[in-house]
Amino acid sequence: MSWVSNFLTSSIGKKLIMSLTGLFLISFLVVHLAGNLQLLANDGGKSFNVYAYFMTHNPFIKTISFGLYAGILLHAIQGILIALKNRSAKGSRYAVSTGANASFASKNMALLGTLIFAFLLIHMGDFWFKMKFGAVDMVAYDGIDYKVQDLYDKVLTSFKNPLVVVAYLVGLIALALHLLHGFQSAFQTLGLNHKKYTPFIKGMGVIFSILVPIAYAIIPIYFFLFK
Amino acid sequence: MSDMNLTLKVWRQKNNNDSGRFESYQVAANEHMSFLEMLDVLNQTLIEKKEEPVAFEHDCREGICGACSMVINGRPHGPQGGTTTCQLHMRHFKSGDTITIEPWRAKAFPVIKDLVVDRSSFDRIIQAGGYISVNTGQAQDGNAIPIEKDLALQAFDAATCIGCGACVAACPNASAMLFTSAKVSHLGLLPQGEVEHSKRVQSMVKQMDEEGFGMCSNTGACEVECPKEISITNIARMNRTYMGSVFGSDKTV
Ligand code: HEM
Ligand code: SF4
Ligand code: FES
Repeated sequence: MSWVSNFLTSSIGKKLIMSLTGLFLISFLVVHLAGNLQLLANDGGKSFNVYAYFMTHNPFIKTISFGLYAGILLHAIQGILIALKNRSAKGSRYAVSTGANASFASKNMALLGTLIFAFLLIHMGDFWFKMKFGAVDMVAYDGIDYKVQDLYDKVLTSFKNPLVVVAYLVGLIALALHLLHGFQSAFQTLGLNHKKYTPFIKGMGVIFSILVPIAYAIIPIYFFLFK
Repeated sequence: MSDMNLTLKVWRQKNNNDSGRFESYQVAANEHMSFLEMLDVLNQTLIEKKEEPVAFEHDCREGICGACSMVINGRPHGPQGGTTTCQLHMRHFKSGDTITIEPWRAKAFPVIKDLVVDRSSFDRIIQAGGYISVNTGQAQDGNAIPIEKDLALQAFDAATCIGCGACVAACPNASAMLFTSAKVSHLGLLPQGEVEHSKRVQSMVKQMDEEGFGMCSNTGACEVECPKEISITNIARMNRTYMGSVFGSDKTV
């Protein structure tokens, strides 16, 4: 199987891993957003809490979520290793640099990724950790014969803290920039550069990179201002 | 002929062990000179003063050999797009300008002296597979091997790569993907080269990695600075044919 390890350690193989894990994380962003927008429903948190219960108890979703943790770690570790190798391949920098020939995001993917990772740690510490290991009150709803954790209440208290809201917004801006380059870059890495489809992929990438972070940002802003 | 007085900040480095530094020089040029002619004027004055002339590479001086590598004010081959340093004219600068001139910067292109870097890593990538092993004989009759016009154009566009290394110089990762993909494409798109394409792409990528070039982040800086305007669609082609060759053929290199 040496050809497999040759491939995975080749420059193109390493980038393929970035591309596939990146696209996987993009698909996760959509699912996660769809679920979380239920926080905006005016039902005292019922639909969100029931949804959160389903996501944490369904064996299929639980399996996928382990894939997700592995995917994020693989993407982050591989990304940092690539960035370090690239930095040393360049060696010294130019005295004069116009910076005009490539976008800021494309040259700072590792920095943006690190910001996203820092955000993820805050985010997971705030919700995931409390949900798994902390004390979250249980609530019962009409028509549902089991009690669920009142995560909605946790969201409510977290987003009253302006520092948390700012941390979320910084994380989401980093995500938007990461995707502005990353979305289309993932397709180029896969070798999908095509006269007919590439303009569409690039357009989709820009729309996605702006709309998705904005939709996420609405949640903390809405809770901070109106709840 | 209008005269120009320029200040040059030139990278001077005795050899690969020297750490190198910038030296400032005044030079009188005129707007009809090429950039290299302006450097010739500088070197003439240095020689007359019994100082060491600035070492820089040049050969054809008509934009086809790829020798004239230097970074001018932060841009490989200078400010004009699609142009080599030898074809860059001084009318793109103003009298009184300060021009900073540096060598290509990449681990795989060690500095030999001043602005001259060792690009033999590119030669070794070519030696790894950038050729056709069989004798293709006399020039073919125009229609003996039908090739679709679009394909011929794509191959030709890729074949205009002069191996100058500006792509590596421009890349923040010092990646050689544009160069290597141009070579892989120009041979692989045509019938005579297509035969060995699968093996070639694996061999050339392997050599490229061994030379210590960085990985491609798809920043696109290379295609902006390439004097031959080679497109990064070639990189996508190399990515997919490399993966196709690794997974779809029985070849391992
Ligand atoms: C939800 C989170 C994330 C998403 C959706 C995402 C998505 C992507 C995508 C699509 C790419 C392009 C892959 C390619 O060029 O083929 C990419 C590249 C990259 N990502 Fe992420 N990413 C995320 C988080 C992170 C994190 C946490 C890190 C690191 C700590 C990171 C580091 C990088 C780096 C360094 C690259 C550039 C690799 C290169 O081209 O040289 N990303 N990301
Ligand atoms: S791809 Fe362009 S920049 Fe790179 S070596 Fe060829 S001609 Fe020079
Ligand atoms: S000297 Fe030959 S391309 Fe410039």
